[in-house]
Amino acid sequence: MSRFAPGDRVSVAKAFPPGHVRTPTFLRGLTGTVVRHFGAFPNPSLLAYGMSGQPPLNLYQVVFDMDDVWDGDGEYAAGDTVAADIYENWLEAAPQSNRKD
Amino acid sequence: MPHDGHDHDHATTFQPDIKEPSEEWEFLEIALRELLIDKGVVSAREIADTVEAWENKTPEAGAQIIAKAWTDADFKSRLLANGNSTVAELGIVFEGTQLVVVENTADLHHMVVCTLCSCYPRPILGMPPLWYKSKSYRARTVREPRAVLAEFGTDIPTSTEVRVLDSTADIRYLVIPRRPDGTDGMSVEALAALVTRDSMIGTATALQPDGGRTAA
Repeated sequence: MSRFAPGDRVSVAKAFPPGHVRTPTFLRGLTGTVVRHFGAFPNPSLLAYGMSGQPPLNLYQVVFDMDDVWDGDGEYAAGDTVAADIYENWLEAAPQSNRKD
Repeated sequence: MPHDGHDHDHATTFQPDIKEPSEEWEFLEIALRELLIDKGVVSAREIADTVEAWENKTPEAGAQIIAKAWTDADFKSRLLANGNSTVAELGIVFEGTQLVVVENTADLHHMVVCTLCSCYPRPILGMPPLWYKSKSYRARTVREPRAVLAEFGTDIPTSTEVRVLDSTADIRYLVIPRRPDGTDGMSVEALAALVTRDSMIGTATALQPDGGRTAA
């Protein structure tokens, strides 16, 4: 059972826990849109320490507007995006109205 | 003792040597490898053969997949829906991670990076190029993708969305580049020759039949 569906707006936790973490720092605290749900995978932050990684976590592709990430401080065109694969325990539902376009 | 009338330092050469192990993880790898060999779990030859087999993988399998997708719409639909099971139809084994195939179009250009390390679809593209693993490519691609593309000689119109795919987890991405114009009726084998490694990462477009690059 996955919590989010394509099109949902989601925010990435602005958290900095120690250990093996797969959520890129540059996306923490930002809001993006779910593109697809890939299924559930063993939790990598547990697998890294020899544990089973159970229960598995839902994994989503989440896309972010470049402007929301870099606020103009980069070399991209209007409408360019960056997508990352983020586990469900890092995501919270966000208001749909935040969408800029 | 100078052998040709001058005094130079032979310790300095232009060919960089492999660095002596110094990091904890390097010692850990050596210790684990030697233990596995001593205990007869694997042989030194088996390890070397496995390394060699991985180093011998090339992007040819990827090119074969793309050429098939260009010529067979049903295959492409299945490939976009399920990469692993669809490449298996061609006898290509892709296991352990989920293969996700994305298609470049006039409206959307994907390029792939792994900002955390070097995740790459190795079973079908071989070992990643050194630049793919560099901190520079990893840091810059998510922030200045158009500058990185320009350094690869790849000009994507601003009307096309560039979407950088950061493979941060269990997914490995393969990009289907746009099929070049003027390739109607070409065989799958001839088409595969137009599909370069970089075009499947998204840092380039596919080759044209005359060897030039397709317009993005």
